[in-house]
Amino acid sequence: MIRKSLILSILLLAVPYAAAFGAERFPPPEFESGYELPSPTTPSPRVDVFEYIDAVVLFAALSVGTYLVLKKRSRRWIFALMVFSLVYFGFYRKGCVCPIGAIQNAAMTVFDKSYAMPVVVLAFLILPFVFTLFFGRVFCAAVCPLGAIQDLFVLKPIAIPRWLDSSLRLFAYLYLGLGILFAATGSAFVICRYDPFVGFFRVTGSFNMIVAGICLLVIGIFIGRPYCRFLCPYSVILRQFSRISRWRVTITPDDCIQCRLCEDACPFGAIRSPAAKWRGEDYSVGKKRLALLLVLLGVLVVFGGWVASRASGWMARVDWRVRLADRVYLEETGKVSDTTDASAAFRATGEEIKELYAEASDIEAKMATGSWILGGFMGLVAGLKLVGHSVRRTRTDYEADRASCFACGRCFTYCPREHARLDKLKNKEEGK
Amino acid sequence: MPQEDKSIDRRQFLKSGIRGAAVVGIVGAAGLGVSKTRKSDTVWQIDPNICVSCGNCAKYCVLEVSAVKCVHAFAICGYCDLCSGYLNPKPRELDSGAENELCPTGAVKRKFVEDPYYEYTIDEELCIGCGKCVKGCNAFGNGSLHLQVRHDRCLNCNECSIAAACPSGAFKRVPADSPYMIKTKVSHG
Repeated sequence: MIRKSLILSILLLAVPYAAAFGAERFPPPEFESGYELPSPTTPSPRVDVFEYIDAVVLFAALSVGTYLVLKKRSRRWIFALMVFSLVYFGFYRKGCVCPIGAIQNAAMTVFDKSYAMPVVVLAFLILPFVFTLFFGRVFCAAVCPLGAIQDLFVLKPIAIPRWLDSSLRLFAYLYLGLGILFAATGSAFVICRYDPFVGFFRVTGSFNMIVAGICLLVIGIFIGRPYCRFLCPYSVILRQFSRISRWRVTITPDDCIQCRLCEDACPFGAIRSPAAKWRGEDYSVGKKRLALLLVLLGVLVVFGGWVASRASGWMARVDWRVRLADRVYLEETGKVSDTTDASAAFRATGEEIKELYAEASDIEAKMATGSWILGGFMGLVAGLKLVGHSVRRTRTDYEADRASCFACGRCFTYCPREHARLDKLKNKEEGK
Repeated sequence: MPQEDKSIDRRQFLKSGIRGAAVVGIVGAAGLGVSKTRKSDTVWQIDPNICVSCGNCAKYCVLEVSAVKCVHAFAICGYCDLCSGYLNPKPRELDSGAENELCPTGAVKRKFVEDPYYEYTIDEELCIGCGKCVKGCNAFGNGSLHLQVRHDRCLNCNECSIAAACPSGAFKRVPADSPYMIKTKVSHG
């Protein structure tokens, strides 16, 4: 009996594939023994309630963080909140959902009609925006698990020159641009794919990304928070909001006495010394330079757009549909004789090749437009950076740079005025 | 000095203006976002009619053991004795002995129902989502064995790592209130 069925199944091997397609090879039997067909189990997805709890925890952490940074002014408490966030958002919730990746969901929601981002993801994207607009980058200080894991490794920080710091930050702008571009075309979520720390939270991940994460942490021993400063796409958005925040981190609780004790306090190079007053001739030179830079700005935008547009074909191939269309084209024109998993799967679906080509060229066209915009944006950022370095600053005290300050609170105790404040507070308590 | 104070005021005014505009912008965008939001969130699922059971599901999931498991659509199973999803097509001996099992972890269980029919079930504890049985079942059988994302295990990553590695584009975002694509029709993908 067994042998007979085996021969039968070997015979079946010879049955032409197309002939068998869609037909029942072995009709489901009619049982006589009263056997009841079981049905496959379908365990339901994680309950939504959990996600809403995440959003509530995020709001609470941001609120507490704001209080600690602006009112309590305690590095110790900020650190404690940071560790809590690392444990909760990082290790407990495995680093997903996060605001950094939510940028992509937003981009996809705008450009893909069939996609809509979940409300919780929207909340994750927007809550830190609003908090930053009013209180500075409290999110970076104590809530972001990616920032927290790096902050633990700030052990021997060295100062790097401002021009280098500023130039390296261009990578973050580029990363933001690419993240939005690939999400908008529906090609990939690169920010999630190349998250260097999520592997630690999940205690598993691709070898390359784990190695990248370890490298960043080791670099972070010397150059504080390298991902936040030079790569994080979300941080470049928060920087701009932080520039116009209503309240901000101040090094001193009241008045700066120009003692310079805080000068080297910041491991992230965010403390700015008072700007020297410009002399008369500085103004005329400055004006000319500014005019030149403003002209250059236009040139940079166009040049950036052109350079990026050269790479648009390569960028389009990030999308698997474009890669598939390329492959099918090679097969159709007889340049290759075998098929890949992808092309075999496509052919098995019986979809029109023409439609695949149309879809791929649609993506390529979008990518061509998008790459011009991306390049122009990068040119604009580079140009504005140059302009920013050439405008007069009016700064009389030592201050934390609004954009760069992570609000970590390390500088507070460097200020003698802060010690005076704490003493007063202590005396008051003892007086009671 | 009073002049300087004035300029600071102007700057403050400008900043407040921009901030106000930004808040309005963000809230407006959020409003639009919410209005577009679907009632239910989305989760990842495999379209079994596109899946080629390449084996990537076992390799690329961020979980140690993949969230993808084999699921058996009993309704379209032929209940064969010599199941090509259960047994190796090139057996060592021409019999249905355990050494001829296809599944590397022995997750496909076989139970006698009535002559000549056998019921096959998946032990999800053991299944690693490699899709070897799925490939076998699709090649010579009815295709009742198929891979599905099991949502009791899936972390629902923002971008599913397996989806990024899927050669056939079988991974889809589906509404969370109908999170499975269990096979109901016979097909051989």
